[in-house]
Amino acid sequence: MKVITEKINYNLLREVEEVSGQKVSACFQCGKCSGGCPVVWSMDVLPHQVLRYAQLGLVDELLHSKTLWICASCQTCDSRCPRNVDIPKVIEALRLIILRNKGGNYLHPNDLPARVRENAPQQGLVSAFRKYAK
Amino acid sequence: MRYSYYPGCTLKTRAKAYEDTALSTAKALGLSLTEIKEWQCCGALYPLNTDEIFSFFSPVRALLQTRAAGEDKLVTLCAGCYNVFKRTNKAVREDGELRRKINAYLEEDYMGEVDVVHYLEVLKNDVGFGSIAEKVKKRLTGRKLAPYYGCLLLKPRAEMDLDDVENPTIFENFLNALGATAVSYPYKTECCGSYLSMANEEIASAAVGRILNSAYKNGAEAFVVACPLCKYNLEEYQSELLAASKDPQLKLPVFYFTELLAEALAL
Repeated sequence: MKVITEKINYNLLREVEEVSGQKVSACFQCGKCSGGCPVVWSMDVLPHQVLRYAQLGLVDELLHSKTLWICASCQTCDSRCPRNVDIPKVIEALRLIILRNKGGNYLHPNDLPARVRENAPQQGLVSAFRKYAK
Repeated sequence: MRYSYYPGCTLKTRAKAYEDTALSTAKALGLSLTEIKEWQCCGALYPLNTDEIFSFFSPVRALLQTRAAGEDKLVTLCAGCYNVFKRTNKAVREDGELRRKINAYLEEDYMGEVDVVHYLEVLKNDVGFGSIAEKVKKRLTGRKLAPYYGCLLLKPRAEMDLDDVENPTIFENFLNALGATAVSYPYKTECCGSYLSMANEEIASAAVGRILNSAYKNGAEAFVVACPLCKYNLEEYQSELLAASKDPQLKLPVFYFTELLAEALAL
């Protein structure tokens, strides 16, 4: 990966650290998070790469990744992290940067599959809209 | 033994069987669960950011209702509610700044006096699995059941403290008390896809496929869960995966642990 200093967005990096309450510099790239993530196969930026990009200030790249909408905060990674980085909180902060902008919602009720509208437990609907819309 | 009880949104509708069997088994075991007044949805997910405090008000209000009712324990059934309440309570107890901010909006201060417990913990710690085994009228002998923990009951490690995160055994010990055989399989704590089933169905479906295969290969005849969303995902995608496969024998029904307790107590 080529790092170009002009692309480093320190303002967004500070926002990620403030909103998440996490110090992204604590990560030493062991990869344990990505090794155990149950949905890692569907991500474009892997969990340890999210932290590496954030360390390098490449937050704009992260805001375009599919990964933000795939992490379900199951907390497997942070329960195993030897540096106690709460990765789901870092990903949540990135999601919130998008959602808190006007028109930033990822999910609209009309987009729900028919079977979800008919059978899904309320718990699932409330969870999805907490994560995907504001 | 007396407790306050918080049902949550799903227990009154899609997961009615979970509530009905939890309440009937509690009564049979001499436990008094009283639903708290004026509860609202807990928010389903614990807030993962540092700058929103409104998400804490619903769980804190329910904890205040528990205290007002003169009880010191609040029992939950849904694993999502359990996760939200237990983490909120811990945060209020340990984070003075957050506690100050929350209490600034409330008529009465909440300091974390109430304990949040899952019904499974009540059965283990207050009744005792040994005592349950003695009260079983119809032993579930020969039933091979796969305990499925999912995420919310156990994680994050530092906050939930129900059981070991990587190799929990509370469900196994519960099932053994009922006379059933708990099937050991590697995917018992792997995430089922959670709310991804609302907007990213193909990911949840793949997650369920792996859990299903793992349980089936190890001889399971059914799943046992404590979460309505786990149950939905395991059932919904299982029927789809079965339709695509050529072996309809694979079908594994999904039970709430309370349904099996009710059956074993002959209720």
